Amino acid sequence: FFQYCLSGHPTLPCNVLKFKSTTIMLDCGLDMTSTLNFLPLPLVQSPRLSKLPGWVLKDGSTFLDKELKECSGHVFVDSVPEFCLPETELLDLSTVDVILISNYHCMMALPYITEYTGFTGTVYATEPTVQIGRLLMEELVNSIERVPKAQSASVWKNKEVQRLLPAPLKDAVEVSMWRKCYTMPEVNAALSKIQLVGYSQKIELFGAVQVTPLSSGYALGSSNWIIQSHYEKVSYVSGSSLLTTHPQPMDQASLKNSDVLILTGLTQIPTANPDGMVGEFCSNLAMTVRNGGNVLVPCYPSGVIYDLLECLYQYIDSAGLSNVPFYFISPVANSSLEFSQIFAEWLCHNKQTKVYLPEPPFPHAELIQTNKLKHYPSIHGDFSNDFKQPCVVFTGHPSLRFGDVVHFMELWGKSSLNTVIFTEPDFSYLDALAPYQPLAMKCVYCPIDTRLNFIQVSKLLKEVQPLHVVCPEQYTQPPPTQSHRTDLMIDCQPPPMSYRRAEVLTLPYKRRYEKIEIMPELADSLVPLEIKPGISLATVSAVLHTKDNKHVLQLPPKPPQPPASKKRKRVSDDVPECKPLKPLLSGSIPVDQFVQTLEKHGFSDVKVEDTAKGHIVLLQEAETLIQIEEDSTHIICDNDEPLRVKLRDLVLKFLQKF
Amino acid sequence: FPEMSYLSFFCLGPGAGQDVGRSCILVSIAGKNVMLDCGMHMGYNDDRRFPDFSYITQNGRLTDFLDCVIISHFHLDHCGALPYFSEMVGYDGPIYMTHPTKAICPILLEDYRKITVDKKGETNFFTSQMIKDCMKKVVAVHLHQTVQVDEELEIKAYYAGHVLGAAMFQIKVGCESVVYTGDYNMTPDRHLGAAWIDKCRPDLLITESTYATTIRDSKRCRERDFLKKVHETVERGGKVLIPVFALGRAQELCILLETFWERMNLKAPIYFSTGLTEKANHYYKLFITWTNQKIRKTFVQRNMFEFKHIKAFDRAFADNPGPMVVFATPGMLHAGQSLQIFRKWAGNEKNMVIMPGYCVQGTVGHKILSGQRKLEMEGRQILEVKMQVEYMSFSAHADAKGIMQLIRQAEPRNVLLVHGEAKKMEFLKQKIEQEFHVSCYMPANGETTTIFTNPSIPVDISLGLLKRETAIGLLPDAKKPKLMHGTLMMKDNSFRLVSPEQALKELGLAEHQLRFTCRVHIQDPRKEHETVLRVYNHLKGVLKDYSVQHLPDGSITVESILIQATAHSEDQGTKVLLVSWTYQDEELGSYLTSLLKKGLPQGTA
Repeated sequence: FFQYCLSGHPTLPCNVLKFKSTTIMLDCGLDMTSTLNFLPLPLVQSPRLSKLPGWVLKDGSTFLDKELKECSGHVFVDSVPEFCLPETELLDLSTVDVILISNYHCMMALPYITEYTGFTGTVYATEPTVQIGRLLMEELVNSIERVPKAQSASVWKNKEVQRLLPAPLKDAVEVSMWRKCYTMPEVNAALSKIQLVGYSQKIELFGAVQVTPLSSGYALGSSNWIIQSHYEKVSYVSGSSLLTTHPQPMDQASLKNSDVLILTGLTQIPTANPDGMVGEFCSNLAMTVRNGGNVLVPCYPSGVIYDLLECLYQYIDSAGLSNVPFYFISPVANSSLEFSQIFAEWLCHNKQTKVYLPEPPFPHAELIQTNKLKHYPSIHGDFSNDFKQPCVVFTGHPSLRFGDVVHFMELWGKSSLNTVIFTEPDFSYLDALAPYQPLAMKCVYCPIDTRLNFIQVSKLLKEVQPLHVVCPEQYTQPPPTQSHRTDLMIDCQPPPMSYRRAEVLTLPYKRRYEKIEIMPELADSLVPLEIKPGISLATVSAVLHTKDNKHVLQLPPKPPQPPASKKRKRVSDDVPECKPLKPLLSGSIPVDQFVQTLEKHGFSDVKVEDTAKGHIVLLQEAETLIQIEEDSTHIICDNDEPLRVKLRDLVLKFLQKF
Repeated sequence: FPEMSYLSFFCLGPGAGQDVGRSCILVSIAGKNVMLDCGMHMGYNDDRRFPDFSYITQNGRLTDFLDCVIISHFHLDHCGALPYFSEMVGYDGPIYMTHPTKAICPILLEDYRKITVDKKGETNFFTSQMIKDCMKKVVAVHLHQTVQVDEELEIKAYYAGHVLGAAMFQIKVGCESVVYTGDYNMTPDRHLGAAWIDKCRPDLLITESTYATTIRDSKRCRERDFLKKVHETVERGGKVLIPVFALGRAQELCILLETFWERMNLKAPIYFSTGLTEKANHYYKLFITWTNQKIRKTFVQRNMFEFKHIKAFDRAFADNPGPMVVFATPGMLHAGQSLQIFRKWAGNEKNMVIMPGYCVQGTVGHKILSGQRKLEMEGRQILEVKMQVEYMSFSAHADAKGIMQLIRQAEPRNVLLVHGEAKKMEFLKQKIEQEFHVSCYMPANGETTTIFTNPSIPVDISLGLLKRETAIGLLPDAKKPKLMHGTLMMKDNSFRLVSPEQALKELGLAEHQLRFTCRVHIQDPRKEHETVLRVYNHLKGVLKDYSVQHLPDGSITVESILIQATAHSEDQGTKVLLVSWTYQDEELGSYLTSLLKKGLPQGTA
């Protein structure tokens, strides 16, 4: 049992598990922090960005000034943004049998895996995961494709050149593996390989392994996975939440009795309380708007935005914001809002109850109906006519490198009346803002990450008690910036096994049993004997059939009668063919009774001698000697087969067979 | 070991057996009792409308006897008796249904209760509060989710395509299982997908057989026919009444008429009766994941359940002059608005009533469909029916072809037909037995069918033993069956197959070793070590598949059998071979002694 770790990002995992004879990929997250090294892609020509000076090496050489631009002391690649893919060299990805997806954020690398590695297997995911994952990919592709960039920088990636660059470019890992965004045809091809599954659905893989998705409480359709055979159980916990937001609560009970629990996707901001952050978000938003400024919320088109809209729904009237327009701009804004309303079965209890009435589960339906929330596919078209300030704009991408958010950063960045509020925790807000410096607008950091924190993890581990915990190395030490916070790491016994990118772990298992089926005919032929009170035994001699990893025991075939007329050609024809195994024996032989039995069977000259450990029974005439001890019997005789067999059978009468 | 276990079925009549009336079936499987559906019979207005639950248990509580109740879909002939059963007779155990069924079922129950109690003034019927209390006992299930009812009993829902949220259920205990289809449809229609099940090989498939002998003509033809009839009637100024249930066929026909009106640019009004309409369509919007692929794909751009041409009906509209089309509930013309409108329009031959589904015996719908044109109404009043009466089968049941297709998908070992008419079922039964060579049953109401299963027994085998056996199996001839020897330990209810050594160890018993040593005399004048070498060469030549070794101390081993040679004390020309083996090597030991007794061949030095 091995685990290949293809991603070093703890919340965007990609692991491959070799479990019994199957190869299972767990998630394929795409590390998009690589895009922070690139210049933003403006929708409308930005004079500021195009005037940025080229970067010049210390020695004055300028051969990189086309590829690298400098902005307020930071250097950026002027090229189409690229992503850091999961490791593809560690093992042959065409041997992956299945891919299990835990939530829509953890499937963004899927097209790279399914379309470029010779993958021929099946991907399993829940319906909301697939639908919303498709929207995220659509938005990504759309926001990059609609700003065609003439230049594709590659000189800086040269190892010799990269060495000369300032941090963080100098330290960026595996830049040669960074890839441009996939296309919609690739997205569609990848998604067509997905098979939809529901929570608690048991999916059989090749008869050897069963996988089951469980609700993880983090996002619509988000799941943890159980990978088990009859005797081993691996739990894969990825992106789980114990907070009550919109998704169905986390199923913890089913994680019990795991041999190994792989733990990924914990909160990225362990020190921030999501509820407090939401409060801060609302008050900062209200303050800015009251002062006549605009609020920009860089966000993904699904997920936390539903919760934010719900909070605002309850908040705006009391805060006197009823007349402030809220805009949601994304090529998939409408789809995301519509899709959120049709997944009743994947929602928390309260929202389910609303659907039974029937009412839409999310109140953003009402915000749209009352025109308080408007959504647009992009800033072009209708939006430019309807656009009124001050306003609140929700738009992507949270990295601030592409999407409509770039336009609003350029538009509003110069005024201190405006505020940008960061709610998504995936990107460092300072890094995200770097290419926009110097900036006059206010920046507020309210990261909302509902995933498990370390207190919840330790409670969870106490509750479900896995034998072993496996986690990314980042969780086994305090965060680098808060090295004194030893509470911000996983604490469990035995200590967790940690992994890092491109590492192969051997998972500890102690497997002792396997399932086998006894066919009814064989079962009927068995003769159970009660050996001890409540314990019965039966010896089984049967034929073992193994097919598709399933074992079956059947009655042995009756030996064919050898044709009587056939003459033996060679002595070796006689050699016993397959050794029919004899049972083990147990018990002891009571000498007096044994002697009586011998006499009953016509042995008249039986003599018994005592020895240190037992007795010797002598059959004088037959020159035969039987040594009887507590745990052994030894028959020593001349080569008189009928006599030997007779004695053997008499001895066996006193012993139990196993 | 468990005795041969059995599955038994009991149809709580009248209805579930050979009659389309209502469904309520009791299944006992490996000691678990499950009630499938809890329907009410629409043709009766007295006690007979509910199943007689005293069949289940004479004395004792239903909760103690039943492990769970499963409802396949929201039609009242499948769930109408549920509040009566749980609140008036008394059942507190779990009731399973899908989310849409859980959402819609209480609304239909309340609707029916209003008609029965408020309008007809009947008593001894369940109350609104009882419906609410009953629904609190409902556990909603996802499609394909394995629901563990208790440690042994699990159930799983499959898409049935009959109405929104309709499901087939697999009930499984150990390796024995039953699949109950409820009502299902194997061809996708305008708003629902087709039923689907995996090759789950149940011991028994209980399938509805409403359209047991019908191979229905293509859907397109039926739709064209329907549209033509509606269109012609409207053209000549007549009124069309289409009695429907608020949810199900209604949406299908609305989509059909809506698109037709749009295409033909028709102006005659289409109405949908009762306040349920809007609500019903809302359910379809919220549960759109349960509709067919096409609707699901396009719902963001255009929601199929938002109708432009179909308006809400007001009672006063019935007397308006001119043509119109009205969808009115309920579907069998047995009460409510559809019956009221029918009475108003029945006298005019220009009008038409189209019955789009099956009607239960005793209902007005059934009467006019069987040709009756003079109906006795309440108060001995005779209603003469002059309007045209049309029947178009739009109910989404599987036809014979569909039923056969489902059997092919699931591969059951036995089939049981319910919810159909005896003659038609007999025909289908023969067909199934011929084509699939499985037993097919069709129990009458109140009859019990028992089916014996003979399941194999799953046990735990120790990995050591299995590995040992598979390793032996890797020897040259893989085709030869691998014979394995082990000890089955039975303790409490656990079965473990272990190696005999492990069994002894676990029981704290010592092994008793039985050993044989035989003296074999051989005529050979040579020296002892030469004799030994001859024996060794001989054995090696004969026992090619065995490990024969000549040890430095002068002894020979064949596998674990030891052979030593000594000179005869009296006769130098005779050597004595001592062959020693344990009982476990009995066959080989015995064979060796007889082989050596024959003497050594010449020239083996």
